[in-house]
Amino acid sequence: MINRSLKQLATMLANKQISSVEITSEYLKRIAQHNPEINAFITLNPEKTLAQAAAADQRIAQGNAEPLTGIPLAQKDIFCAKGWRTTCGSKMLENFIAPYDAGVIERFDAAGAVNLGKTNMDEFAMGSSNETSYFGKVQNPWDRARVPGGSSGGAAAAVAARLCAAATGTDTGGSIRQPASLCGFSGLKPTYGLVSRYGMIAFASSLDQAGPMAKSCEDMALMLNVMAGFDSRDSTSLEHEKEDYTRKLKDNSSDKPLAGLKVGLPKEYFAEGLDGAVAKVVNDAIDQYRKLGAEIVDISLPNTMLSIPVYYVLAPAEASSNLSRYDGVRYGHRASQYDDLMDMYCKSRAEGFGAEVKRRILIGTYVLSAGYYDAYYLKAQQIRRLIAQDFTEAFKQCDIIMGPAAPSTAFNAGEKVDDPVSMYLQDIYTIAVNLAGLPGMSIPAGFASSDDGKPLPVGLQIIGNYFDEARMLSVGHAYQQVTDWHTRMPEGV
Amino acid sequence: MAFNNTKWEVVIGLETHTQLKTKSKIFSGASIAFGAEPNTQACVVSIALPGVLPVLNKEAVHCAVKLGLAINAQIAPRSVFARKNYFYPDLPKGYQISQFELPVVGMGELTIQVGGEEKTIRITRAHLEEDAGKSLHGDFHGMTGIDLNRAGTPLLEIVSEPDMRSAAEAVAYAKKLHELVQWIDICDGNMQEGSFRCDVNVSVRPKGSDKLGTRREIKNLNSFKFMQQAIEYETQWQIETLEDGGTIHQATVLFNPDTGETRAMRSKEEANDYRYFPDPDLLPLEITSAFIEQVRATMPELPHAIQAKFEQTYGLAAYDATALTSSRAIADYFVATCTAFGGEAKLAANWVMGSIAAKLNEENKAIAESPVSPELLAGLLKRIADNTISGKIAKEIFEAMWAGEGSADSIIDKKGLKQISDSGAIEAIVEQVLVANAAMVAEVKAGKEKAFNGLVGQVMKASKGKANPAQVNEVLKNKLGI
Amino acid sequence: MSLSSADVKRVAHLARIEVSDAEAEATLAKLSGILGMIEQMQAVDTSGITPMSHAQDLVQRLREDVVTETNQRELFQSIAPLIGNGSTEPATENGLYLVPKVIE
Repeated sequence: MINRSLKQLATMLANKQISSVEITSEYLKRIAQHNPEINAFITLNPEKTLAQAAAADQRIAQGNAEPLTGIPLAQKDIFCAKGWRTTCGSKMLENFIAPYDAGVIERFDAAGAVNLGKTNMDEFAMGSSNETSYFGKVQNPWDRARVPGGSSGGAAAAVAARLCAAATGTDTGGSIRQPASLCGFSGLKPTYGLVSRYGMIAFASSLDQAGPMAKSCEDMALMLNVMAGFDSRDSTSLEHEKEDYTRKLKDNSSDKPLAGLKVGLPKEYFAEGLDGAVAKVVNDAIDQYRKLGAEIVDISLPNTMLSIPVYYVLAPAEASSNLSRYDGVRYGHRASQYDDLMDMYCKSRAEGFGAEVKRRILIGTYVLSAGYYDAYYLKAQQIRRLIAQDFTEAFKQCDIIMGPAAPSTAFNAGEKVDDPVSMYLQDIYTIAVNLAGLPGMSIPAGFASSDDGKPLPVGLQIIGNYFDEARMLSVGHAYQQVTDWHTRMPEGV
Repeated sequence: MAFNNTKWEVVIGLETHTQLKTKSKIFSGASIAFGAEPNTQACVVSIALPGVLPVLNKEAVHCAVKLGLAINAQIAPRSVFARKNYFYPDLPKGYQISQFELPVVGMGELTIQVGGEEKTIRITRAHLEEDAGKSLHGDFHGMTGIDLNRAGTPLLEIVSEPDMRSAAEAVAYAKKLHELVQWIDICDGNMQEGSFRCDVNVSVRPKGSDKLGTRREIKNLNSFKFMQQAIEYETQWQIETLEDGGTIHQATVLFNPDTGETRAMRSKEEANDYRYFPDPDLLPLEITSAFIEQVRATMPELPHAIQAKFEQTYGLAAYDATALTSSRAIADYFVATCTAFGGEAKLAANWVMGSIAAKLNEENKAIAESPVSPELLAGLLKRIADNTISGKIAKEIFEAMWAGEGSADSIIDKKGLKQISDSGAIEAIVEQVLVANAAMVAEVKAGKEKAFNGLVGQVMKASKGKANPAQVNEVLKNKLGI
Repeated sequence: MSLSSADVKRVAHLARIEVSDAEAEATLAKLSGILGMIEQMQAVDTSGITPMSHAQDLVQRLREDVVTETNQRELFQSIAPLIGNGSTEPATENGLYLVPKVIE
């Protein structure tokens, strides 16, 4: 059951072969068994979860089921879910019971999906290894000594270890795609504005975007069908006509189902900094695309290297302001001892935030402070435009861009935690996509061996033009019909 | 004011926070009604829960455009919301959403009258922003209480150039702006409730200098009287400080109405670094010319246009025209009175600015609450104009109308107050008075004019004020042969 | 641009985060590394380029002026922090949030 696709599960539910309560209980059992080690979930509430499952079963019995009715999903702990503790991976919100639902949560509730629990994540989504979480690090199911990537590390481990049918993530600089690559499953960051940010705890507002994390492109299409859509409570939500993201998913009817598709390979994504073994896997995947009929063209995204400095100005700047609301006044952590108002602020925030979050708040405060704004913030916004224009130019030469999602396979826990700059370079291939607001995804493309011979997953990144998610999913789906990387499961779970 | 104004010049600029007359907050659907229980109008956005987002209220934009049109300003086709970052317990997000580099309203102007002179004050800009909550310094175990009902209330901050040179000019500007925002119906003007608050920047410099002195900002003045006092005190203080060899440091000061003094705020001592940057949660505000035209169509005629019309159509003096356009309600009342009356506008003007204004003032009422409607007043004016009643009787009837006793005609009837213009009747009264006041008659004949007035008074008294005074004069003169 | 320990403390104060001298010193090296990486931007000629604040070139949507929110004070104040300084009471009273005395 745990390897079934969402569509198969839906069929089984519709045929009464299994109930939502049964599926949900099975996942809760697996979570109880594996979560103590993997630590993919921060908060579980079996009672609430099973009540939702029972309600879904009723709905199915009444014949009002939608495609995801009764399917147990893991929600990243960045989404406010009414009555659920919502921590965002931070001590600051350790006791925060959300009094309202995020747009994404409302949509899944309306679809009848079951909330299995809230997944671990880097604190306020700031990190690429899930090591900044106040609730402890998460193990990569493929090698327990290694990180699952981040910031959606808990969701990544949960999908990889089959602790949920599918999960939600958010991606500000690669937080869906890099963990998807490191844990060997499919993750999609949609076009900025496609999925509502309402109730999704903000890290960097102009970059944050939620998306699905699942076992296949087909599953992601079903998830996106629920997640995408206009929300009047989010000013940056797009009034985009409702799409069916499964509509372009076709069975490969010929040898060359992708004939006519132009795939661009940015030379900057294959330059120095890319691990050799990862490069080989990615190149093999591209060969597979050639076989499927795609035409491969060389392109250039000349400002790629600048995306990291630009991101590490803009994201911390926005974050420094977004995180000012955590002041210990209305909710969240308040220091237990303080002298006066100033002391209460400074202590509550010093105690409530972890080291990486504080670092980013300080960087963000610094680059916005008097005298530095033009040299840092304004300059970064100008280069952001150059980076976006690179893609505009590139999409004149190709339909889809492919490359690695991360420069290496999963690294060991503790390896980069004291070297922020090397950690930041994990996102070198993913950040530009957020800066431009484009959709990007990572799908399993194979394995590279670790030093001690363990197979570690490698992801292929597929970047599309604005609103081209349906095509991206179909391109991924064509590949997943001729490969089985996405069906592989780590041992020991 | 007793400062040495031959040596020093005061330079004043105003920042006015105008609370806009919307139903809901600027970025959320919470109510802005005044006086609710603490935090009962503080929604998820008002208390800045994690994950909430702002969406701009259309009516607030509407109001901003109205002001822009009223002060003849440029309306920005594209303006930007920025975050002003600082920590304060009544600022739940840790930043205020405001406009910084690109405000919605650009340079405009407002003309004021001070001491019979006209002066144009330039308005630098007006921008939309959200209000903060309230800190209540009651006794909560020695702590401060925070009410976020007001947090997110829409404000239009209107910033003048430092064009004013006296407290009187500053107050005239503030009053004029206060009239205008109510005239165009974007603000209720209620200063007690904080709907219209002024921050006043004051600096002094030696006369003839074109360099601005260091300014101090007097925060949150919510009455014109306090504004006058605060500016005068502050000006005096700055001049004395400079004359004593001291220097002025830029500061934010508060005015204490009890002592009449200003003092620097302690909490704002440290230099602020607001780290303004464009709010990533809000997109640029675009105002199309079609939108502007839509708003223009809803605009009432502005005071200066109506003033000119009063001068031309009704032949009123500039002074009267200005007084009658001090608010839209007064102007409307006046026009309605004139229309119903149909007679000489000057008479209507005198009554509106005289008896009506005095009564309203006495009873602290707005003109809309006047028990004497324009129609009722016009009824009275008609009887004055056609000599049915004298001016004196008119005052008596007005009092009765104010007390709700009905129309002028019904009161005249009921109380028999119709003016006696019948010459036979007047002659009869005059005869009686002459007989009864022989001594006075003798004095008149001896050439004492005062005594003549005395006789007129006696006739009026005998007629209970109803005799037509002009006729009384004539008949008396005839009878006395003078 | 090189950063000093005093800069770290100044910025930390602006951000209302308490840092000890030792923490400021330790943070300094990491922040300097990050700022050094950011310096790469300065080599790019950006004259004449319009800054990009949003991922989409759209304009602000406007909300109709309608009151849609109801009073949820009780729910919202049920998650208020504790007063602290020995008091385990929630930091609310008479519907107000309580903070240390604000001095004007």
